[in-house]
Amino acid sequence: MTPPSERPLTAMIDPAAGPPDCTAYEHNGGWQATRKALSSLAPAEIIDMVTRSKLRGRGGAGFGTGQKWSFVPKEPATDRRKYLIANADEMEPGTFKDRWLLEGNPLQLIEGMILAAYGVQARHGIVFLRGEYDLARTRLHRAIGEARQQGWLGENILGSGFSFDIHVHSSAGRYICGEETALLTALEGRRATPRSKPPFPQTGGLWGAPSVVNNVETLCNLPHIIANGPEWFAGLGLGEDGGTKIYGVSGRVAKPGAWELPIGTPLRQIIEEHAGGMRAGYRLRALLPGGASTAFLDADAIDVAMDYGSVEKAGSRLGTGMAIILDDRTCPIGMIRNLEHFFAQESCGWCTPCRDGLPWVERLLDAIEDGTGQEEDMDQLGRHARMLGAPGRTFCAHAPGAMAPLASGLKLFAADFAAHIQQGRCPQREGARP
Amino acid sequence: MLTVENPLPVPMRREILALAAQELHPRGAGVAALRLVQARFGWVSTTHLREVAVLLGMSADDLDGVATYFNLLFRRPVGRHVIMLCDSVSCWIMGREPLCAHLCRKLNIRPGETTADNAITLLPTVCIGHCDHAPAMLVDNTLHGDVDTTTLDHLIDTLRDTP
Repeated sequence: MTPPSERPLTAMIDPAAGPPDCTAYEHNGGWQATRKALSSLAPAEIIDMVTRSKLRGRGGAGFGTGQKWSFVPKEPATDRRKYLIANADEMEPGTFKDRWLLEGNPLQLIEGMILAAYGVQARHGIVFLRGEYDLARTRLHRAIGEARQQGWLGENILGSGFSFDIHVHSSAGRYICGEETALLTALEGRRATPRSKPPFPQTGGLWGAPSVVNNVETLCNLPHIIANGPEWFAGLGLGEDGGTKIYGVSGRVAKPGAWELPIGTPLRQIIEEHAGGMRAGYRLRALLPGGASTAFLDADAIDVAMDYGSVEKAGSRLGTGMAIILDDRTCPIGMIRNLEHFFAQESCGWCTPCRDGLPWVERLLDAIEDGTGQEEDMDQLGRHARMLGAPGRTFCAHAPGAMAPLASGLKLFAADFAAHIQQGRCPQREGARP
Repeated sequence: MLTVENPLPVPMRREILALAAQELHPRGAGVAALRLVQARFGWVSTTHLREVAVLLGMSADDLDGVATYFNLLFRRPVGRHVIMLCDSVSCWIMGREPLCAHLCRKLNIRPGETTADNAITLLPTVCIGHCDHAPAMLVDNTLHGDVDTTTLDHLIDTLRDTP
């Protein structure tokens, strides 16, 4: 028997050939986990295996996946309506990993959803897909149709008595839909505003029913955990966390891209070996290690291990694990302004500090970037970073996420802010607004 | 002739009702129904929004609240083609602003506007998940990466010639 791949998530992804069909998927080891789970494992054993695998959610928050599922009421799927939802609303700037998985091997996501649904005993599956992912939608529909036709989805799968099917909800573009309670509100046909917790979705989610919302990458790990065992999966990680992680790099590096690597791979290795280092003529100045809502790390933090605990100790978050590089010829104030424009625009408007605070931050940064900023603007920015930042006085994590690059940027780029205000212009025009 | 002032075609009304029937409550099909209308007519007119609201058992204001919330639902007419240029951070770093300026000059419009010949609407969009090929954009749902002024000029000329 072929040993399992050390890059299980991407082993079957071949952009040139397109995604595997059901036959190719099975030939390469797919559906093994579903056969094993439905023939010989109880739902509680699935949850236990996922807990022991040390899999943490790959959407950004990093909550233990098995632990999350353990909060779901245990009634069998036939007794109670429950939902298993794949969060495929990937809109975090700098993040493009879920697209790769969705387009490259949608059957892997489908199998992951079957296993998760069996674990929590949900009959109803939904992929909440961002509206812009057109190719992913087409491939997902095709894969679901094929899986259904071959009996992997639908009534009484493999004669096990377990029934599960998947519906694709194509969203229409709002970052806040990635927040799990806002996602549920969107699925109910309302403006996607976050909900107060408790009740947590696991007990009172979509239409009031128990609901589990997991990120695409999280779900794609499940077939490999169940097929190869939790100890094997945990052993793939280099530190405390289990499994591999899809890391990515964008910005002025030689080879921007994404790679599946053991979780805990040092950032230096990701940037220098996989992304090919900085482009000629550019120097690494700082970076956002895990997407737009993470704090800047200075270039000297490049040896940090990319796992949840290590990045937190370094002063930021692993987030989605997709690093955005700030080079020495790009204006850091312009970059922060771009980030805050995004967060201000994407605030759902539900709570006042976020709705009013983020546009205020954006206007202050506009003024500083355009050369009309005043010294006192720095105090205002600092006040916003404190009042809107973590732990936060806002309804959800949107504003604290928005403040992470600002608060860290105010410290790291203090001299750049001062130069803009004193000189009345952006001293580093390249990369800044024309 | 099919226009935004006429009632929705009967097959589309049936399709919307079928979508609603798949949901636990019909309003769950709101976004899907509006996307269906937009795919056919290019945008969601008030006439059509009201009809969809009736089909889903919602008030028109309630449904309009949903329609105006989402970036990809258009409540005003757009051109025959829609260019959505990513304005998020990786694209910004890789030269999105000069590219946008070039596009505006070439089309003689600003972001949010449609060309005089009704061929192209230019809209900003948040990160489209193509950051490894920044700057990136969507043209009528088709993804384009590593865009520069040369590829952009060629693309626009092609779009203008395409009905």
